[in-house]
Amino acid sequence: MTTLNELTLADARDGLKAKDFSATDLAKAHLAAMEKARGLNAYILETPERALAMAEVADTKIAAGAARPLEGIPLGIKDLFCTHGVATTAGSKILEGFQPHYESAVTHNLWRDGAVMLGKLNLDEFAMGSSNETSAYGDTISPWRRNGSDTKLVPGGSSGGSAAAVAAHLCLGATATDTGGSIRQPAAFTGTVGIKPTYGRCSRWGTVAYASSLDQAGPIARTVRDCAILLGSMAGQDARDTTCADLPVPDFEAAVSRGVKGLTIGIPKEYRVEGLSAEVQALWDRGAEMLKDAGATVREISLPHTPYALPAYYIVAPAEASSNLARYDGVRYGLRVPGKDIAGMYENTRAAGFGREVKRRIMIGTYVLSAGYYDAYYVRAQKIRTLIKRDFEEAYASGIDAILTPATPSAAFGLGEKGSGDPVEMYLQDVFTITVNMAGLPGLSVPAGLDAQGLPLGLQLIGRPFDEETLFAAAQVIETAAGRTKLPAAWWA
Amino acid sequence: MSVDATTVRRIAHLARIAVSEDEVAPLQGELNAILAFVEQLGAVDVTGIEPMTSVTPMAMKKRTDTVTEGGHADDIVFNAPETEDHYFLVPKVVE
Repeated sequence: MTTLNELTLADARDGLKAKDFSATDLAKAHLAAMEKARGLNAYILETPERALAMAEVADTKIAAGAARPLEGIPLGIKDLFCTHGVATTAGSKILEGFQPHYESAVTHNLWRDGAVMLGKLNLDEFAMGSSNETSAYGDTISPWRRNGSDTKLVPGGSSGGSAAAVAAHLCLGATATDTGGSIRQPAAFTGTVGIKPTYGRCSRWGTVAYASSLDQAGPIARTVRDCAILLGSMAGQDARDTTCADLPVPDFEAAVSRGVKGLTIGIPKEYRVEGLSAEVQALWDRGAEMLKDAGATVREISLPHTPYALPAYYIVAPAEASSNLARYDGVRYGLRVPGKDIAGMYENTRAAGFGREVKRRIMIGTYVLSAGYYDAYYVRAQKIRTLIKRDFEEAYASGIDAILTPATPSAAFGLGEKGSGDPVEMYLQDVFTITVNMAGLPGLSVPAGLDAQGLPLGLQLIGRPFDEETLFAAAQVIETAAGRTKLPAAWWA
Repeated sequence: MSVDATTVRRIAHLARIAVSEDEVAPLQGELNAILAFVEQLGAVDVTGIEPMTSVTPMAMKKRTDTVTEGGHADDIVFNAPETEDHYFLVPKVVE
């Protein structure tokens, strides 16, 4: 029998409406599953009292026939979204004890629509990482294991807690953020669906900033439809974020069943990188076949500046991070470590509060923005960004509706396996996802099969600006053809 | 381009991050690995290309110059490590 926490979000919504169970039952089923799964370390903070109080309100609304779009749906919140009165850490020691007195725009929209908060999810510190191993609150363990092995695997990152919690049935869906692949890579590693919408689709107000020109919020959920439902509530106009688009939010859920008949899907030849595994290549080919079988035309395209996206990102993102993270100075919030004078206090606070990867990126950013290097590094990287975006514009102008690529170079790896000596080894995780952030486009990762070791692999769909609808339609075709990924049994419980 | 130990100390100071002597060498190695990785951008011809300033074409939103919010002094200092009468306290700056 399917327990309540194993339902899809859409089915739970229908069950609540039909009064098959109450929002309180649904919240309790999740809280019980979360308690048993503490070994996965997906949640930094559980908020059971709040969950039950919100569920009670939801039950009242449902009884009164006044249910809102997400009434009674229990969600996990990446701990990068500020939540009023609930500790928000960004996975960093420097925000220890920080309790926002305001609510992020995205979570506000979810509560407005009746969703229930289960707790705050683990992540790489300030969303800087691809494995959740840079969190100051410990590694998140993936619910997935290789066939016949009990090696602990990473859930990906930076939204590792979000992806692990969704895959382990510890919430019906989760909020996440994506600066270079932080929604799509963990979704691919855990057999879940994640979408990074177009830059400007969701307000960034109240979300802890990493690289403001690249950061974008989006959902991770177990099905394409569930993702569409969540994005419909998360997105929307907001005067407090000047980069938030003044566009109406389309009916994303309606787009899910649209199909791909008559669409032209591009296969970028530059993504066929050297050393791409035969397994990933085969998966990619199968994905193209699935879309073709459903009536789409598939055509090879060229995005010539693809190889430069990752190195350009590692100038732009650290530069923006060094500026954004200057606010953590021991004065207004979080940790303070005394020093011999005010500069000493800043330096000691930041030395004690930031982890290794964050310090590294702040220092790279400081260097590339410093006098004498600004033009050679930062301005050049921003010019290359213009070229990367132009590649996509030309492809779309030639009649391409969406682009299909692998989501990650491989399936999930083990804890501690990557990046300990050379940070660039970990950065390469994002080679297929990062161009999308550089160009501000929407990108979606959908599970498409398992590798030889039984681990999930994902495909990425990239769309035109503000055309998430086509991505949902195409992803549904792949989800239907590949079959929904069977999530692992609860070995941790 | 690569950085030497003196540059690592200078960047750390600019970034206001205290770095101990035994952290300098590993940081230098890591920063140089990243700088070597981004070196390949030098191969791209960027003649006549405008640097990106906005990823989506949008006009900057403007609002009327009126007070829309205020009176949140308690909220603003709530999370500060040290405060007095709605002021943030820091170590003495002026002698």
